[in-house]
Amino acid sequence: MAVKGKSADHQWVDDHAGPVVRPYAVTGGRARPVTGTFDLISLVTATRRDVSPEPGLGPEHLAIVGLCQRMQSVAEIAAHLDLPVGTVRVLLGDLVARNLVQIREPHRAVGVSDHSIFEAVIHGLRAL
Amino acid sequence: MDYGHSERPSEAAILPTAIKILVAGGFGAGKTTLVGAVSETRPLRTEEVLTESGVGIDDISGVEAKRTTTVAMDFGRITISDDLVLYLFGTPGQDRFWFVWDELALGAIGAVVLADTRRLADCFPSIDYFEERDTPFLVAVNCFEGARQYRLDEVQAALNLDPEVPVLLCDARRRESAKEVLISLVEHALKLREARRRVG
Ligand SMILES: Nc1nc2c(ncn2[C@@H]2O[C@H](COP(=O)(O)OP(=O)(O)OP(=O)(O)O)[C@@H](O)[C@H]2O)c(=O)[nH]1
Ligand SMILES: [Mg+2]
Repeated sequence: MAVKGKSADHQWVDDHAGPVVRPYAVTGGRARPVTGTFDLISLVTATRRDVSPEPGLGPEHLAIVGLCQRMQSVAEIAAHLDLPVGTVRVLLGDLVARNLVQIREPHRAVGVSDHSIFEAVIHGLRAL
Repeated sequence: MDYGHSERPSEAAILPTAIKILVAGGFGAGKTTLVGAVSETRPLRTEEVLTESGVGIDDISGVEAKRTTTVAMDFGRITISDDLVLYLFGTPGQDRFWFVWDELALGAIGAVVLADTRRLADCFPSIDYFEERDTPFLVAVNCFEGARQYRLDEVQAALNLDPEVPVLLCDARRRESAKEVLISLVEHALKLREARRRVG
C-alpha cells in the first residue's frame, strides 16, 4: 500500500492533466467498488469506533474509518487522504461490504416547495 | 429547516440538506482562489481518476496495464447550520474533462462562471455548458491588475449573454466579494425557479 511513495511515482503527462499515479496501487488494481455508488457529497459515517487491521483492509481503509467518526462527504475524504475520488470509492465499497461505514444521502434542494432552503442559504451567506 | 433544538436526535442521525454550487471558468480565471476565499475548510483539492484516453473509469479493461491520470478539482464547504451545508466545486479548467463536469453538475443549484477579461473567450465553453443544461449561472468578472477595465454591459454583449444572466465584478481573493457572488447566484437561481414555477 504505497501512499508514501506516491509522489515519487508521479510522472507528468502534460501541464494540464496532472500527475500520473501508479495504477490503483491502493485498491489492488480494482477500478470499481464491490458495492454501492458514491456521490461526491454522499455522507459517510463509521459504524465503529475503530477497526483493527484485518486481511483485505489496508491503512487507507482504517484511515477512512478514523476520519468518519464524524460524518464526512466522499469529496472531503478524498481531499483529506489525498487520494483520487475513484480510489476512495473503491475503498468505501470494501468498507460498506464489511458494514464498517454507513452511507447516507443528504437531502437535496430539488422540490418546488423548497424556496425556504434557498432563502436560508442567502441569509446564511450574508451572516458569514 | 429547523427541526427544534430540544429533542435533537443524536448527531449522527441529522442528515443535512446539501446545496451544490459549481465554480467554472477558463484556465487561471480564479476558480481555486474563489473557492478558497469563502470555504471554511482549508482549500481542499479532490482528484478524479482518468484513464489516459480521458474516458470514465468504467471503461477500463486490463487495468494493470494502464496508467491513470488524475484531474484536480477544488472543493470547499460552508456550513450554514447543522442542517444546511453548501458545497463548492471548482471544475477542472480543461474542456476535455467534461465527464467530470457532468458528475459535478448533477444536482447543482447553479454555477459561477469566472471570466478573465484578458481572455474572455476562455469562458465560452463553460457558458455553453450551463446554457445547454439549463443550469442557472452568472458571470463574475475577475478584476486582474493590468487588464483593461470593461463595462459590465460590454462583457454581457461580448459573451452574447441572455439579458437575465447577471454579470458582476469580483475580486476572487476577497472573501466579501466572493460571498457576494455566491449570494447573487443563489438569488438568481431562486428567481428562475419562481419564474419557471409560474410558467409551468
Ligand atoms: N488581481 C487578481 N488576481 C487574482 C484574482 N483571482 C485570482 N487571482 C490570481 O490569479 C492566479 C490564478 O488563480 P487560480 O485561482 O489559481 O485560477 P484557477 O481558475 O483555479 O486556475 P486553473 O485551476 O489553473 O485553471 C493566482 O495567482 C491568483 O492569485 C483576482 O480577483 N484578482
Ligand atoms: Mg485551480
